[in-house]
Amino acid sequence: MRSYFGRKLAIYVFTFWVAATIDWMIPRFMPGDPIQSLLSRTQVAPEAVADLIAYYKALFGLDLPLWQQYLNFWGRLLQGDLGRSVYLSGRPVTDVIMAALPYTLALLVPAILLSWWTGNKAGAIAARRRVLDNTLLPIGYILTATPYMWLAIMLAWIFATELGIFPISGAYSYDIEPSFTLSFAIDLAWHWFLPFLSLFLVMFGGWAIGMRNMIIYELDADYSRYLASLGAPTGLIRRYAFRNAVLPQITGLALSLGVIVAGALVTEIVFSYPGIGKLLLAAVQNQDYFLLQGIFLFVIAGVLVANFLVDIAYVVVDPRTRTGLTGGTA
Amino acid sequence: MAHAKRLLALLAIASIATAACAAGATPSAAPATEAPATEAPATEAPATEAPVESYPRAETIYTTGKQWGPPSTWNPLDPNAAMGVVGLQYETLFLFDPLADTFEPWLAESASWTDPTTYTIKVRSGVTWSDGTPFTAEDVAFTIGLAKIKVVGSNIWDFVTDATATDDSTVVVKFGNPAYQQWALWTYNSPIVPKHIWEAKANEDILKDLNQDGVGTGPYKYKTHAEDRMVWERNDSWWGKSIDLEVKPKYIVDIVNGANNVALGRLMQGDFDLSNNFLPGIATLVDKGYVSTYYKEAPYMLSANTAWLVTNDQKPPLDDPEFRKAIAWAVNVPDIVNKVYGNIVAAADPTGLLPTWEKYIDTAQRSELGFSYDPQKAERLLAAAGYKKGGDGFVTNKDGSAIKLTIMVPSGWSDWEAARDVIVASLKKVGINTEAKITDYNGLVNDRNNMNFDLVLNNEVQISNSPWTYYDYMFRQPLMSPEGKNRNFGGYENADAWALVQELDKTPVDDVAKAKEITSKLQKISLTDMPVIPLWYNGMWSQVSNVVWTNWPSDEGEQVLPCTWNGYWQMGAIKMLTNLEPVPAP
Repeated sequence: MRSYFGRKLAIYVFTFWVAATIDWMIPRFMPGDPIQSLLSRTQVAPEAVADLIAYYKALFGLDLPLWQQYLNFWGRLLQGDLGRSVYLSGRPVTDVIMAALPYTLALLVPAILLSWWTGNKAGAIAARRRVLDNTLLPIGYILTATPYMWLAIMLAWIFATELGIFPISGAYSYDIEPSFTLSFAIDLAWHWFLPFLSLFLVMFGGWAIGMRNMIIYELDADYSRYLASLGAPTGLIRRYAFRNAVLPQITGLALSLGVIVAGALVTEIVFSYPGIGKLLLAAVQNQDYFLLQGIFLFVIAGVLVANFLVDIAYVVVDPRTRTGLTGGTA
Repeated sequence: MAHAKRLLALLAIASIATAACAAGATPSAAPATEAPATEAPATEAPATEAPVESYPRAETIYTTGKQWGPPSTWNPLDPNAAMGVVGLQYETLFLFDPLADTFEPWLAESASWTDPTTYTIKVRSGVTWSDGTPFTAEDVAFTIGLAKIKVVGSNIWDFVTDATATDDSTVVVKFGNPAYQQWALWTYNSPIVPKHIWEAKANEDILKDLNQDGVGTGPYKYKTHAEDRMVWERNDSWWGKSIDLEVKPKYIVDIVNGANNVALGRLMQGDFDLSNNFLPGIATLVDKGYVSTYYKEAPYMLSANTAWLVTNDQKPPLDDPEFRKAIAWAVNVPDIVNKVYGNIVAAADPTGLLPTWEKYIDTAQRSELGFSYDPQKAERLLAAAGYKKGGDGFVTNKDGSAIKLTIMVPSGWSDWEAARDVIVASLKKVGINTEAKITDYNGLVNDRNNMNFDLVLNNEVQISNSPWTYYDYMFRQPLMSPEGKNRNFGGYENADAWALVQELDKTPVDDVAKAKEITSKLQKISLTDMPVIPLWYNGMWSQVSNVVWTNWPSDEGEQVLPCTWNGYWQMGAIKMLTNLEPVPAP
């Protein structure tokens, strides 16, 4: 058991190193120069330009040779320092990301978990009732094939523009300030609902179809037929089928939790929701090396942690893995 | 039982989600604690009352257009400072009104050149900083001194030799070889900061200070900000009362630009009061009465800057003035104005000088040397200059090699992309083979600054007190290095023109006759050599709603700039806020 996790851990550390290195390299190979872009937006006196360039290069550590920038990157990273954002006047990247992260988590965690849970339920139920199957399957296919952006725009148009019952953009109303009051919480939830719904619906379709197909497959498996021939009650067979069918769904869940930070990009842009996705777009547009790097590091770390958790979850959920492990070590 | 457990889990998720939501709200205020410690918050502390939860609609204006990203610094010396830092919070010595072409004393009560190298400023009496400290001549002298710090990005100490407060209300500025035009520009563009607070910050790290909740003299104080907004609250002790000025809105909420359709929708519903963004199709909405603009009919908007076609003046065949002139005659500007913009912009004068500099235009010379849209004339010019058409119908270089030009605009700037398509079609029509080169803003800046381009659109000179800013952009010598290049992108080199630009800079502001004489010569060079090709005047985009506030700037009412962009408050736009009137509740 210990060597199993030790091996896994070593692989994860290695993967993180490779991914973080690539992450460090990519922005530096993009055409253009962030300081050039920064200065091009302002009309400073030409006599002062050289001094400003030197100042910004030193501020962002871009005046050093590349190998030293790379070593500094790791040195700072290990201290939790992701550098300074170029386009946000040198604000620490960690602060910028931390300010946006709660919004993204608040959208995606409920959307993913709820859609996973209800999608699996709906799929499992659909698989055993023909009428339901005939309705849920097409709905599921349509939902899961719907681009996030299109659904988001449709929801915004119907519920915000036409009916006017939900706000069209933002995380909370423009006329209030955040506070720990009920009215603020309601306002927040009111702005949260449409972006959440658009994510939930698309994801729901995917999970439901996946589960429905898995159940049908499992019900056709030898062990189900054998159980049936023994005269076991249908409920029992279905319970076993569900437990087997849910395994690939758990992998899927872990992966979608992993890419969570970048996952709501389009939705956040449509609803001007101030999360990581919107930040990512701004970082690309403004060629903000450090912000871009920081966001991708979160994505990388997220995927790795989620995968690790799934490894553990498998041991817990699937008894076969457990026996396999003990068999291996014995 | 199992069901009950799941329900419990669901409730737990819901509560976590809510907690995460609530937590999400707080970080927006957090940077306050991250900002380098300043004395300001300490002295401000007693003034902060219990947080206001919401801003009453009738006392608030909602604006949008200036911020393309979250407000990130409130340092008035940083060109990227949040909307309103200079103008609403920090003020300048003068206002310059480009519509009336006049300077108005602001933090200065008066100022004059007591001799050709001495400028004496009388500062306004009765002004206090928002922390209660009186504003004096020391603050002005100190602020002028700050420009010695390299990163402040000013060059006034190239011609200023000394700035001293001789008493509480007088500052004497001594000059070596005075650049009168640049100095005039400084007097209405540079914010005066309080010496008692900024003394401690006056070093090479001055830009690192985010200065959130700083101390200014202006009519507004920092209230709060979030990733998508900047909120200002009225400073009720503002000195404006002494000259019968009072800003009407108690709160200004500036919203970071999002999607155009959102801004337009909110404006039409009366949720936003002022949008300083380019919104396509606005003319129709004005005609139907949904929103208002400065003019009731075309061009609807005031002109803010000139959009040029910048040519690579070092690369054949664009290094030939005759070829550039042919392009000028070939571009179908009427189509850009009518079809691309729906008449919300105006065609540029051939000199490119903005309407605010109209008095400098040498009209006789312009009618002789100017250009207009005439494709036949363009073809004649090309033929006369020796560019013959090849078998494919396109003109070739004089040595017979093929010509294929590219033109760049930043991708996603939809109006410019449409204008680019018109330009490509126009040039092809007269036999100049041209195609669009698609690139994002950063790629464009990189290619442009490294002279790796043929044609590119640019509009980086805003209205100002002097055509010097315009010609400094056009003729700047020596050519700047690619990093940080912000003038003369075409690489046009003409020593005579540059000498004239410097002479103009050294011409006293009140010597209009001499300025006219010099600009006439500069106009002649620009019309005969055509270093850049002026096409149209980009608008000072401004659309307002009359639902909650009225008496907005217009050519029939209050003639001030309706604009929240950086640099525009001190060009008189601050008066927009004193002129506004609330619409009585029905």
